[in-house]
Amino acid sequence: MAWFKRSQGLPEGPKKNIPDGVWVKCDSCGEILYRKELTRQGDVCPKCRHHFRIPSKAFIELLLDADTVKEFDANLTPSDPLQFKDTAKYADRITKSLAQSGLTDAIRCVSGSLSGHHVQLGVMDFGFMGGSVGAVVGEKLVRAIYRAADNQNALVTISCSGGMRMQEGLFSLMQMAKVSAALVRLSRAKQPYISIMANPTTGGTTASFAMLGDINIAEPRALICFAGPRVIKQTIGQDLPPGFQSSEFLLEKGFLDLIVERTQLKATLANLIGLLKGEPE
Amino acid sequence: MNRVTLAFEKPIKELEDKIDELERMAHGGQIGIDSEITKLRIKADKLREEIFSRLDRWQMVQLARHPQRPYTLDYIKHISPNFIELHGDRLFRDDFAIVAGIGNWCNRRVAIIGQQKGRGTKENILRNFGMPHPEGYRKALRIMRLAEKFNMPLVTLIDTPGAYPGLGAEERGQASAIAENLYAMAELKIPSVAVVIGEGGSGGALALGVSDKVFMLQYSIYSVISPEGCASILWRDATKAQLAAEALRITAPDLHGFGLVDGIIEEPFGGAHNDPLAIAKSVESTVSRALDDLLGLEPENRIDLRIQKFGKMGQWIEK
Repeated sequence: MAWFKRSQGLPEGPKKNIPDGVWVKCDSCGEILYRKELTRQGDVCPKCRHHFRIPSKAFIELLLDADTVKEFDANLTPSDPLQFKDTAKYADRITKSLAQSGLTDAIRCVSGSLSGHHVQLGVMDFGFMGGSVGAVVGEKLVRAIYRAADNQNALVTISCSGGMRMQEGLFSLMQMAKVSAALVRLSRAKQPYISIMANPTTGGTTASFAMLGDINIAEPRALICFAGPRVIKQTIGQDLPPGFQSSEFLLEKGFLDLIVERTQLKATLANLIGLLKGEPE
Repeated sequence: MNRVTLAFEKPIKELEDKIDELERMAHGGQIGIDSEITKLRIKADKLREEIFSRLDRWQMVQLARHPQRPYTLDYIKHISPNFIELHGDRLFRDDFAIVAGIGNWCNRRVAIIGQQKGRGTKENILRNFGMPHPEGYRKALRIMRLAEKFNMPLVTLIDTPGAYPGLGAEERGQASAIAENLYAMAELKIPSVAVVIGEGGSGGALALGVSDKVFMLQYSIYSVISPEGCASILWRDATKAQLAAEALRITAPDLHGFGLVDGIIEEPFGGAHNDPLAIAKSVESTVSRALDDLLGLEPENRIDLRIQKFGKMGQWIEK
């Protein structure tokens, strides 16, 4: 005989209608989180501190005073110099990405006030072809760098990128040289460059501007690498030790200055820029 | 050393074997076959010319990777007899996948740096198949700085499948090492000339390639990703490398057409490996002439032009 007996059936009646997206599950710990509260927390899980991937727009809102934000070069869109075709045409992939993402390529470049410091900010967006770097990303970054140099502004970039965009062939590889070379001008203008790496920052992105900051910062537990875990596994046929290529690992190995939680990012940037430029907050 | 025959060269090889056989017979006293030999020679030359005049991109990849293709040290041997190789990054160890040092180049003092592949299994293991670790790029950077200090132009010879993707390489900052070189090369006060002599494999190649002038040998390749890597990602099938090679447009004529490299150095008939001395002479004179031109400019002017040159690379739509 059962100890407990269900005395009555489950409550009848219409199912409560919960709209999609009110609750989200943490990718890392599985905790069920209230969407609005999560957004208020900068998309960081309050339980395990997992940093959800956020679009470029959210980073801009997080860091800059809304009424000061000015976007640049949003009229640049990718072209297809190679007439590249794999299982699909690159031209079709572009059209699809433009429509689906609401973006014009994998970066947004803006200027605005960060706690009183006027900065040039370039934020990569994983939502456009995996944040891959092609000619548009390279050109927009170079223009942002020159604006920073010309106007005596600090430059902040947030990388979130699968690396170079294969569909643009050597044009994309050359963006590594193009952006790195432009940074020489910024350095000569004695303006700080702060590079922030979000999850993931890989391939040629890491091997160029992402690692060239005067200050290199990562979000917690981001994947940051040159060759991704899959490529390494293919090469050496071995699984990687846990935590290999994480922000924490890179900090320990000496390739990062800081790991900063998203909620602390704005304050940290303001402090760094103030110190480097000798500007009071 | 026996010549390695690539698959597409087989018909030529068959004719050449026949000629050899006939020649042996001629030595044996058989008469009346001299004219036959001459005829076959003409035929073989024609066939070679025909095959090499319409190489597809995958065939060029094979030439770029030909096991008998001259490597960095072969060029140095022919061009710079007083070359002294310098070792180590002064941080971790010496990386044999990169050769760096100083010597003369047409009576001018230069620093020469290049990736080095091995011949045969043993040397390839030592050279890590020409795939540098971060310490290799840091050694290169050290020698670039040395060259700058003593006002010696920089010549780089690019030949790598790519920077090594392994545990140690990642742990010691492969990404950072490459990035630092891109930046450092962009602001070098000395003139710099790079030549892609074989494989220009992605960031691992570019880390020696941010130069005032970049040349490619006629059958060399330069690519953002290897055809095999591209095929395994986009086609999810590494055997589609041939298609990927076509799509990526990785040959010297492609890239010169796009304005991404400054010039093409023509190779001897059938490829550089057929006449290593001749290709070394061409590389020597092309680089030397480029250095002559570059030395006519002020250092600051050269740096500006270099940054501008790379700054122009890329195509986009701007409405």
